[in-house]
Amino acid sequence: MREVAIIGTGVTKFGELWNKSFRSLGIEAGMKAIEDAHLSGSEIDAVFIGNLSAGRFINQQHIDALVADYSGMATNHIPATRVEAGGASGGVAFRQGVMAVASGMHDIVMVGGAEKMTDLDDASINSVMDSTADSEWEAEMGATFASLHAMIAQRMIYEGIATREEIASVAVNSHFHGAFNPNAQFKKAVPIETVLRSGPVATPLGMFDTAPISDGAASVILCPLDMAKEYTDSYVKVAASAQASDTLALFQRPDITTYGATVAAAQKAYAAAGISASDIDVAEVHDVYSVGGIMALQDLGFYKKGEAGKAMLEGQCHFDAGKIAVNTSGGLKARGHPIGATGVAQIVEIAQQLRGKADNRQVADAKYGLAQNVGGTGSAVTVSILEAI
Amino acid sequence: MSGVAREWREIPGRYNLEGTKCGNCGKIFFPARNFCPICRRASMGKMEQYGICRTGKVFSFSIVHEAPESNNLQKPYAVAMVQTDDGVMITAQLVDVDFDKIAIGMPVRAVLRKLSMDGESGIIRYGYKFVPLD
Amino acid sequence: MDVGIVSYGAYVPRNRIKPEEIGRIWGVDGKGMGKGLMINQKSVPSPDEDVVTIATEAARSMMARVPEVNPKDIGAIYVGSESHPYAVKPTATIVAEAIEATPSMTAADMEFACKAGTAGIQACMGLVGSGMVKYGVAIGADTSQGAPGDALEYSASAGGAAYLIGSENIIARINKTLSFTTDTPDFWRREGQPYPKHGGRFTGEPAYFRHITSAAKMMLEAMGTKPEDYNYAVFHQPNGKFPTRVAAQLGFTTEQIQYGLLTPEIGNTYSGAVPLGLANVLDHAKPGDRIFVTSYGSGAGSDSFDITVTDAIKDYKRDNAPVLEKILSNVVYLDYGTYAKFKGKIILPE
Repeated sequence: MREVAIIGTGVTKFGELWNKSFRSLGIEAGMKAIEDAHLSGSEIDAVFIGNLSAGRFINQQHIDALVADYSGMATNHIPATRVEAGGASGGVAFRQGVMAVASGMHDIVMVGGAEKMTDLDDASINSVMDSTADSEWEAEMGATFASLHAMIAQRMIYEGIATREEIASVAVNSHFHGAFNPNAQFKKAVPIETVLRSGPVATPLGMFDTAPISDGAASVILCPLDMAKEYTDSYVKVAASAQASDTLALFQRPDITTYGATVAAAQKAYAAAGISASDIDVAEVHDVYSVGGIMALQDLGFYKKGEAGKAMLEGQCHFDAGKIAVNTSGGLKARGHPIGATGVAQIVEIAQQLRGKADNRQVADAKYGLAQNVGGTGSAVTVSILEAI
Repeated sequence: MSGVAREWREIPGRYNLEGTKCGNCGKIFFPARNFCPICRRASMGKMEQYGICRTGKVFSFSIVHEAPESNNLQKPYAVAMVQTDDGVMITAQLVDVDFDKIAIGMPVRAVLRKLSMDGESGIIRYGYKFVPLD
Repeated sequence: MDVGIVSYGAYVPRNRIKPEEIGRIWGVDGKGMGKGLMINQKSVPSPDEDVVTIATEAARSMMARVPEVNPKDIGAIYVGSESHPYAVKPTATIVAEAIEATPSMTAADMEFACKAGTAGIQACMGLVGSGMVKYGVAIGADTSQGAPGDALEYSASAGGAAYLIGSENIIARINKTLSFTTDTPDFWRREGQPYPKHGGRFTGEPAYFRHITSAAKMMLEAMGTKPEDYNYAVFHQPNGKFPTRVAAQLGFTTEQIQYGLLTPEIGNTYSGAVPLGLANVLDHAKPGDRIFVTSYGSGAGSDSFDITVTDAIKDYKRDNAPVLEKILSNVVYLDYGTYAKFKGKIILPE
């Protein structure tokens, strides 16, 4: 198995992009990545796309063909593959790309993630998100996607693992960083009172605990590590790409305050990279709901169960706090969450941090970065570790 | 409009909490499974129909304010994860209860209620919800 | 062969609205209306309740009280209502699945205004008595609509009760049933119309009173009995006044009708009214008690029953399900806006 490098990245603005269609979004991110990797585009010999539900959002299946076509690769008839795994679609697409290069099957691979959500009405959008839980036995029973995370939060508070304020501070941390990211959907820091007083969605979570509906796309170019120098001086190594599954429904788990899939994927990732949690300098975690951020910090081993909330509340996750920086992009909450794009956008942020290209949210001397991407209520988790070269 | 066949297929689970018991290890599952995730191949052909106990306790809950259209007339409404006396976890709405009385550990029992309708002319979906057990 | 009641179950939704609150909206002295009708409040179904869910809850309580009865031995189920959720697709089959009685059985829905439930009891008696089925289930349940601003809005309510009819281990023997039936258009609802219409004062003497007194007199003559031979009497109760008056006309006392008269507390549950009244009597009855029942359904007809409670009621596991006194102690009061929302009287966006 070969080692893999990321030689280029690209990301669009995230937000309600009324003027941009799905086609134009995906292409924009891909073009930026190709440019960043100093390629012409014809070198790419496979593309993987993470996309949750273009079928329902824009009534378009066969996204593989659409992306290959509009990114100019269909003329070369290269293989294109669309990957779906709930909110982890991007992370899983990334791992598929890494496997394609590591195995020797392909050399230059483009991984993209894209989602166009705002062409659909709010009720239908929520219905699509609800369908990433157990559609039959959770959503149809009245448990919205938000309420499942709310029940996790309720249980965390009851078991003394985190307080309501600590959970809310995940959103505060994300907005703090969003203010430094020109591509973020929300570029304003918010005080914790704003989060605590926001309109209820499913108690105890409110509007400010919830990632927004967004359009956007992100892309990375992969190649074998020993070929990276031919294209660029600024590349990073993929030190690990792990993935784990779990039950579809939240109620089928013995413990709902931990994502067993995060723990399993993290263990595999640290082992593959030959490091431990404390070696991580910067991380992107999946705060589709604020409580997910607390769970990530504990399940990834950054903090012991019961202590992650305090660290987050005290601002120890800021890019300049000197500890493990979390969600320097703004996270899902502030940077935005075009679902299929998120997992790839996380990789882009980590790569930029490790390449020293994170502008005024740069984590000093970042050597190892981690991206955690989650589908459903922890039904699929990818943990990727990148290493600065 | 949703397929009527799908609604009909799920009646045993929706109306009567019918799950399965693994004839090999005795573990109980809801919803029903064709294959025991613990015994795997050793469970083939041995999964038995099993009616889950209809009483249990609230394990976690949430009051849903942003509701899907099917629950527009009753929002905000409560959902809960209920641990039945069989040790099986089920997720459902909690009704006929004052929100400030809902607590983790509260005893509840399953009842049949309307879940949703396909508009004014489509079929009506019935299924389990839970009410306080007193 | 003795035929009678093996088990029964009852359910009333917990929401209530008071007549003064209804009157407030329509500029009418609601409290006075309530007094005139002898109705203090009426029950209102939650948006997720309907005749199917009410009938199911009553039927499940009925089955819980006889755990020794195998639901697969139920050979027939009839649900009587004037507010079935479907005009075509029976409530009875849904309830049958929900009590796990299917598939070797017959089923149908019945309609005869407020006496569809007791009509079902008669049908089950025939099937059981002829040896065609071992057990039959008859349910009367309604979530009837009163037209906004109409007098019936003060009384039309929701509730139901279920009866398991059989010949073994009966807790109450039905000694006889008979009916008085004519074509009398006192109250009706055309197909597709949301609200019923009625003939005003015509619903009194030529309709309700004529049919109940005729059937009741036929029954007393057939059984050779007098009103004082009975411990309890249950009459149809569209309000509190009519049954009180008809009881007096026939020679029954207010004490005899007390337990069987629930309308003042829950409103008129239409097909559920007599079944619920009888259930409340059975919640209090002792072996040897004799019960006189006469229902009334507009259109019109009355079903009369002469019932004797047996010794078997001593071992009857009534406490396996909540008794009516318990069910009726759990109430929540609604304002008119919430009531209108729950009853689908507000035009919702598409």
